[in-house]
Amino acid sequence: MGDAPVAVTEHLTKVYPGGVRAVDDLNLEIRRGEIFGLLGPNGAGKSTTAGMLTTRVRPTEGRAVVGGVDVWEDPARAKRLIGVVPQSNTLDRALDVRENLYFHGRFFGMRARTARAEADLLLERFRLSDRATAPVMALSGGMAQRLMAARAVMHRPQVLFLDEPTAGLDPQSRIALWEILRELHTDGQTIVLTTHYMEEADELCDRLAIIDHGVVMALDTPEGLKRSVGADTVVTVTADGDLDRLGQVLTDRLGTATSAVVAVGKLQLGVRSADGVLPTVLSTAEDHGFTVRDLSVDVPSLEDVFIQLTGRELRD
Amino acid sequence: MTTTVDPATGPPPGARTAPAANPTLVGTFVALLLRDLTVLRKNLREFLPRTILQPLLLVFVFTYVFPKIGQSVGGAQGSAAFSTLLVAGVIGTAILFQGIQSVALPLVQEFGYTREIEDRVLAPLPIELVAIEKIVAGALQCLISALIVFPIARFVPATPVDLRITWWVLLTLAPLACVFSATIGLLFGTVFQPRTVPLLFGVIVVPMTFLGCVYYSWQSLEPIPWLQYAVLLNPLVYICEGFRAALTPVDHMPLTVIYGVIVAGTMAAGTVAIRFFQRRVIT
Repeated sequence: MGDAPVAVTEHLTKVYPGGVRAVDDLNLEIRRGEIFGLLGPNGAGKSTTAGMLTTRVRPTEGRAVVGGVDVWEDPARAKRLIGVVPQSNTLDRALDVRENLYFHGRFFGMRARTARAEADLLLERFRLSDRATAPVMALSGGMAQRLMAARAVMHRPQVLFLDEPTAGLDPQSRIALWEILRELHTDGQTIVLTTHYMEEADELCDRLAIIDHGVVMALDTPEGLKRSVGADTVVTVTADGDLDRLGQVLTDRLGTATSAVVAVGKLQLGVRSADGVLPTVLSTAEDHGFTVRDLSVDVPSLEDVFIQLTGRELRD
Repeated sequence: MTTTVDPATGPPPGARTAPAANPTLVGTFVALLLRDLTVLRKNLREFLPRTILQPLLLVFVFTYVFPKIGQSVGGAQGSAAFSTLLVAGVIGTAILFQGIQSVALPLVQEFGYTREIEDRVLAPLPIELVAIEKIVAGALQCLISALIVFPIARFVPATPVDLRITWWVLLTLAPLACVFSATIGLLFGTVFQPRTVPLLFGVIVVPMTFLGCVYYSWQSLEPIPWLQYAVLLNPLVYICEGFRAALTPVDHMPLTVIYGVIVAGTMAAGTVAIRFFQRRVIT
């Protein structure tokens, strides 16, 4: 796999009419063959970023380059290099399942015979063969999403973009789509996906950019991001009273605490070693007059990374 | 190490970076047209009745029923002259209706709740060409409906239709009128929302037909000068008058005006429609 990035954004910025700065000076490099995730809450600028890389949202400033082609200088050419699975179902409702693929192949220059053969291959691969002649309206959400993924990779794009691909899918369909994305990844397909599900980002992505208010807060592998919390354990304390003061008290008392963040009515403590922490937290809190309502211990998750970075939870 | 292609997992790594085919602009444009014609073929059962019924009823009532029951229509010239006058009107209306129905209505849906347009504009073409393809596909459907409607206007009337075809006018005007109508359809499709579509019919299409020189020639409006000038805003007037010139000996407005307005109108409506189209698909 090559070292040169397959997609790049340079100072990419989008200000919507009315002055909303959805994406602010974004600089990203997507490497060939990786699954790259844009993780952030709703309204963080993920979809706008994907839109600017896929000819749908015109940047206010900066450049987006895919496969060496400046997306906004030559959109028609860029469209040959990208595959897009958008957030909403954009399947051609006037055509049946196989025809959706067949015509997509024709739009991208395939001869009739090739398009037919490729369509059948993809139907098999994406487990849709038994629905080949069904109207697309008759597909379940998961099947429609798989068909859109099949359509998006049919012309062998250099980068496959998926915008919130599993939003609204049932757990089974979500896992089925993950499997397909992993298979594509094994075949060397570069994938960029936006998501606000941290499990999805954790499960699939080689590298992740955590985005909030149009700005990259952190960028690393999921493991690297979790390590950045600087702790191997996260203790979450729900208690009455001034949690900031409790955080201060516990940090002083514990010695191994690396961070204390108060978010959404809870105190999160990053701790280097979990041994004996719980009893100490409980007794110290009560000694200082706090009533502890709930106490939990976990390994750091991307959610914790996000909370540390923004002071907010990923899910609104 | 040998490389084998496992049919279950597809081609080996790296194979996916090569493009499957090398699309040309013309190839992609034609493929989009093929898609639209396939949809037309699949929907023939809806296309035919919606194309045939309105003109059939119009011709049947005005030029078959009225003469048979002795109800006068067509003023001093009588019912024979009226059925001749109506041929052009019926074809003109069919073309304009088709332009709106085959371009504007699907587009309103695709822009609206289905967002299908987002995929269509990902075809490897400049957006302008995606919009122009819509016009070409629509124009073809207009032409088909004109061909379907012509025999109705010609053979249903109880009184003879006096056809005098000026071929060069017919062969140039018919395609121009079809493109004009499809362009108007594109414009309406980019302006109207699913919620406002009833308005398109009630407030725009109906007045267009009644005041579009369908049932009377433009010159016969002379006794009402303000109306004769007001209807000049209506694109259907030029289409109907054009077919009147191409098919019948009836008086019509000067050909230079007909051709001039249709060509200029297509350019103007097309420019605005393409701009709106781009604005709707690119944020």
